[in-house]
Amino acid sequence: MKSTLFNMVAVLFTITLIASAGVGAVNMITAEPIAAAKALATKQAVSNVVPEFESEQISEQTIDDMPIKVYTAQKGDQIVGYAVESMTKNGFGGAIRMMVGFLPDGEIYNVNVLEQAETPGLGTKMCDEGNPLLSSIKNKNANELRFRVKKDGGELDALTAATISSRAYYDAVARAHQAFLVASGAKAVADGVSGATDEAQKGGENE
Amino acid sequence: MNKLQIILSGIIKNNPTFVLVLGMCPTLGTTTSAINGMGMGVATMAVLIMSNLVISLIKNFIPDKVRIPAFIVVIASFVTIIQMLMQAYVPSLYASLGVFIPLIVVNCIILGRAEAFASKNGAIDSMLDGVGIGLGFTLSLTVIGAVREVLGSGAIFGYSLGISDYMPLVFVLAPGAFLVLGYLMVLFNKFVKK
Amino acid sequence: MELSYFAIIIGAIFVNNVVLAQFLGICPFLGVSSKVDTSLGMGAAVTFVMALSSIVAWSIQEFILVPLGIEYMQTIVFILVIAALVQMVEIVLKKVSPSLYQALGIFLPLITTNCAVLGVAILMIQKEFNLLQSFTYSVSTALGFALALVIFAGLRERLELEDVPEAMKGIPVSLIVAAILAMAFMGFSGLV
Repeated sequence: MKSTLFNMVAVLFTITLIASAGVGAVNMITAEPIAAAKALATKQAVSNVVPEFESEQISEQTIDDMPIKVYTAQKGDQIVGYAVESMTKNGFGGAIRMMVGFLPDGEIYNVNVLEQAETPGLGTKMCDEGNPLLSSIKNKNANELRFRVKKDGGELDALTAATISSRAYYDAVARAHQAFLVASGAKAVADGVSGATDEAQKGGENE
Repeated sequence: MNKLQIILSGIIKNNPTFVLVLGMCPTLGTTTSAINGMGMGVATMAVLIMSNLVISLIKNFIPDKVRIPAFIVVIASFVTIIQMLMQAYVPSLYASLGVFIPLIVVNCIILGRAEAFASKNGAIDSMLDGVGIGLGFTLSLTVIGAVREVLGSGAIFGYSLGISDYMPLVFVLAPGAFLVLGYLMVLFNKFVKK
Repeated sequence: MELSYFAIIIGAIFVNNVVLAQFLGICPFLGVSSKVDTSLGMGAAVTFVMALSSIVAWSIQEFILVPLGIEYMQTIVFILVIAALVQMVEIVLKKVSPSLYQALGIFLPLITTNCAVLGVAILMIQKEFNLLQSFTYSVSTALGFALALVIFAGLRERLELEDVPEAMKGIPVSLIVAAILAMAFMGFSGLV
């Protein structure tokens, strides 16, 4: 077909219009399943990192400008654990998100990496069962740990050839621990979420 | 050309990976395991079939000078649709393919077929060309993924063969991608092309 | 603690080299890199386009897509912006340096389908970089691309003098050379 200014503009405009309409329609259809899939993934991640529970409550905090969610897992009236959805921006391939589970006394129950873009075969080992990062903090009390790798004068193991990923991992766990302290402490004083946020920010500055 | 020939030529004679050497980025980037390679292949095939169909239908209404931008809009829309569908129904596969899903837009195979085939042929033939090329791409990616998975992590389609401790990890890493593709291409040249 | 600019630069050029570790921009990598001169030109063109597109793409994401809540249109919008930018670079290059334009020939329009350009635009949004970080990241990625391209061209110029088995001629042997180069670049991991 011969090109004139009018038909070029008209055709491109029409195609773009139809295309956007189509994409918009599919977006409307899939928005709900996408949200559902994400919610299911979160639910699974929570039950992976805390002991068996019946109901959970969600509270939100902001630490170092990053949103942290705390899921308080309860069985009856008893709090069985806290699952903290934490993150770090210091990963080798950008942000890492993870779910860290604490028992009420501060013991780290389990960690589940939700999202990462680390180097395949090196940094990605952080997702494996029983990797050195997880085993050096699992079942230890977070209140007594300094989250530093051996290379930086701490006592925690790092992944071979992935020191940055390892530091980032512990950075996110440490942030989760801060949020855990706030959440479990705030429970006692019944201060609510806003007070918790203030305290968390103070905690961030202290570091 | 009869219908079956169109499909078959996409798999062997015009194999997008080993003969046309198109779409190298996802070929190298997503084939860390057989299942990832296959997922990428199928996603690309879906986009290819749909875009070939639509482009062959609307080709007579598009002025020559804006042909390429028009094609790109059509392709990008289908890619976005596939992206959302995968996010909704196969979230774990979507997560492992990562940035390579939106990058289907710039996969040279798709624009290449739109330009070389769909803009000159009818709707049915264009769809079949999409099926053939798509199958060729999927097969190649699955094979590369399988070879890398076996050599690198001692597993196939996720089933461990119990030899993972003895396998060189390098095949799952970047150099392994180039190496496996290079040698598979040598084998293809030697035994299939001749 | 933010990712420092130094870490972004070194990371994008060496550690996560766009071609050899992230597999973006392989087509021009295999296609253009038979001569060192052309590789330099291509590298420069890509750097220019990437720097521009990172600013434009970041602004569009921040000021148009997010406020309107239509982030799902990202792919479509970005690819159109990049296509338009490439067209512009082509016109400018034709006027300013006809010899370079002739040398790059058909590869300039191919920058549009150079997945590195779109890939970087999407990745920098995913990594939640701010404008300056995005710009730094794009330029360093492009420099990494140029570096890989030039090294590879040097290797291939030598390779042409060698007696390569029939079935390995052309792309296969290039891929195997690229594998060795990728292995060398793996030595950079853990540098930052």
